[in-house]
Amino acid sequence: MTVVIDRTNASKRGAGPVSAAAHARKSADPGGGLYKPRAPIYPKLVHGRWRAIKWAVMVVTLAIYYITPWIRWDRPGNLPDQAVLVDFAGRRFYFFDIQLWPQEVHFITGLLVLAALALFLVTALFGRLWCGYTCPQTVWTDLFIYVERLFEGDRNARMRLDAAPWSFDKAWRKVGKHAVWLGIAFATGGAWIFYFHDAPRLLHDFWTLQGPATGYVFCALLTFTTYVFAGTMREQVCIYMCPWPRIQGAMLDTHSLQVTYRYDRGEPRGPHKKSQGWEGRGDCVDCHQCVTACPMGIDIRNGPQLECINCGLCIDACDEIMLKVERPKGLIAYDTDAAVEARAAGKPAIYRLIRPRTIFYAVAFAAVSCLMVWGLATRPTLDLHVLRDRNPVFVRLHDGAVRNGYTVKIANRTFYPQTYSVRFDGPAGVILKTPGLEAAGDTVAVTVPANEVRSVRVFATLPPKALTAANLPAAFVVQGGKAEARAKTTFLSGAANAE
Amino acid sequence: MANRETDEVTGVDTTGHEWDGIRELDNPLPRWWLYMFWAGIAAAVVYWVLMPAWPGVSGYTRGVLSQSDRADVAVALKDLQTIRGAQAAKLKNATLEQIEADPELQAYAQAVGQSVFGDNCATCHGVGGVGAKGYANLRDDVWLWGGSLEQIHHTIQVGIRSDNPQSRMSQMPAFGRDQMLTSAQINDLTEYVVALSGRTADAAAVRRAAPIYQEQCSACHAADGTGDQAQGAPNLTDQEWLYGSARADIQGQIWNGRGGVMPSWQSRFDPETLKALAVYIHSNAGGQ
Repeated sequence: MTVVIDRTNASKRGAGPVSAAAHARKSADPGGGLYKPRAPIYPKLVHGRWRAIKWAVMVVTLAIYYITPWIRWDRPGNLPDQAVLVDFAGRRFYFFDIQLWPQEVHFITGLLVLAALALFLVTALFGRLWCGYTCPQTVWTDLFIYVERLFEGDRNARMRLDAAPWSFDKAWRKVGKHAVWLGIAFATGGAWIFYFHDAPRLLHDFWTLQGPATGYVFCALLTFTTYVFAGTMREQVCIYMCPWPRIQGAMLDTHSLQVTYRYDRGEPRGPHKKSQGWEGRGDCVDCHQCVTACPMGIDIRNGPQLECINCGLCIDACDEIMLKVERPKGLIAYDTDAAVEARAAGKPAIYRLIRPRTIFYAVAFAAVSCLMVWGLATRPTLDLHVLRDRNPVFVRLHDGAVRNGYTVKIANRTFYPQTYSVRFDGPAGVILKTPGLEAAGDTVAVTVPANEVRSVRVFATLPPKALTAANLPAAFVVQGGKAEARAKTTFLSGAANAE
Repeated sequence: MANRETDEVTGVDTTGHEWDGIRELDNPLPRWWLYMFWAGIAAAVVYWVLMPAWPGVSGYTRGVLSQSDRADVAVALKDLQTIRGAQAAKLKNATLEQIEADPELQAYAQAVGQSVFGDNCATCHGVGGVGAKGYANLRDDVWLWGGSLEQIHHTIQVGIRSDNPQSRMSQMPAFGRDQMLTSAQINDLTEYVVALSGRTADAAAVRRAAPIYQEQCSACHAADGTGDQAQGAPNLTDQEWLYGSARADIQGQIWNGRGGVMPSWQSRFDPETLKALAVYIHSNAGGQ
């Protein structure tokens, strides 16, 4: 296990060079073998401001996840009425009034870039808030621990239960817990597939065994991963599987707000009796409540660590104790390394939210946001592609006229059928022909159904006297509704080597 | 040399290797990692039992599931027919004109036609359909047997000089080989045909050949040389030549009276495929 290098001088804190967590890890390792069994963690329930926020975020994010596919959104014609739908079969992505085609996948890329920049900015400012509050791994783990508490009680009861021999009481609690976990996991996997199909119809098809095979496969897959990740792997996912804890080191600096043990105030630590005074000692009474509350099983007093997800539960745990021992709250708090160091040195703490790093992230975020909004606002509703025939490049007709064939692809990205006029903008005297359609001179009318691409074969014929060069510049101009598109092409006549 | 020591901060041993002052902690792997390794091996054994896996002297282990890609393809092809069923039925019931006028049917016919053309027709007519010397160009507006949808459809069905009793049939005599005309007469006729197509020719020869043309050729190629699609007689006044436009080519054709053969496709394709092919060829020729 790698450890973020402790930037503060460990000896200054008086905690000793070897951390308590390291000791705990060592003692959990039987004989220093090649493989390390997971040391079970029994997070204790805490009450307080951060716990309340965490509950609220959990409810909101879960609600968003489960409810979103069920939101209906009116779209004309036969288009799906699901607000958020990734329609792989129809090759469309619907998001309320936004609709994207596969060719517009750069918007998805932009969204991912935005998400990354937002993550960088938030991390640079406030530490790993994403990890502590909104990451699905955290949200579902929190929910699973909540269920665990319902069946097995809080920390001490759970530890007793695990240590106790098997009994009916232990069995039903374990079975009940795993059953509810599986239920939640199934609901998670089940909700996922609704994003990819019409939700009400899929719900019916799913239970009548008429659903698509991919639906069952992905439901099973996500049921399994949810159950395993949130139920049994938990902090191991963050520590061993997730790259973010490694990357975050590049975003954090000494001015980032992080869950911090204020060693300047806490040390030297030690047990405290009510009769004793507080002179000559720190506020930390070494009660280990911050350790028991931690879902990652670490001791925050060892400084910033890779395992810390910045959830703030140890803050709530410590504040409760501080209240009891009648010391000010905030021995553990969202604070910066710089501030703690300054206070330890007897200087006033300075907080710098605006730093070159945060300015850069904010500007980049704003720039990409503007680009995205501009892109969506000016998204063309008409897309035109012209493919020249390559075999043959041209055809000579009986009277010496030359004909070129083109495949004109018109994408109507509106929700209504449109009739477009397709004009060949090239040498004078051209005559268009489109099998199955009426053409007049250089123009042909093409009706494209709503939200579809239509591909038409267009043949342009030039009389012999118009063949002034082997390669004549030309273009197709398509107009319809308020949209216009132009695609350059050429008319090849082979005039130079004509008989 | 490995110089293991205990790291101060973590209390974990290092591997003893050092790179520019950077040392690596020798933390144990998590136990579940080991489980994944065993699970991978177990999965491989299960796979051997279920799926074809081990080669033998004569064949291979089939596996309990008897999985076979060949069988899967057969099933997939059957499924494809089911998927295409509705479109194919529409194609079958629609007239050729209806198919060409309906955007959806036309697109379907184009796709079917293109693949069938590539597999069956391209050998002679070329992938792009422009043909070659002796093989008709299907992309221009010159048709030996007619370029309307119906005529193309019929030609594909019955073929040309094929073994189909309904076959399009015509035979140009081998005027030279069968000694119907003399070499001199054929030379004069060649000049006449060159003149028909609007090129400069030996005026005296043309004058001499005029009565021979009217006597021997006009029945099929028409008095003015414009040909007759009902008999598959090419138009001699245009700039399209099946067997070449040079004098030697024309002379050779009068001498030998060549005529190509196209098979009848009626028995090889179902009616909807024939229709799709006709629509594909017709529309690619600009739709006459």
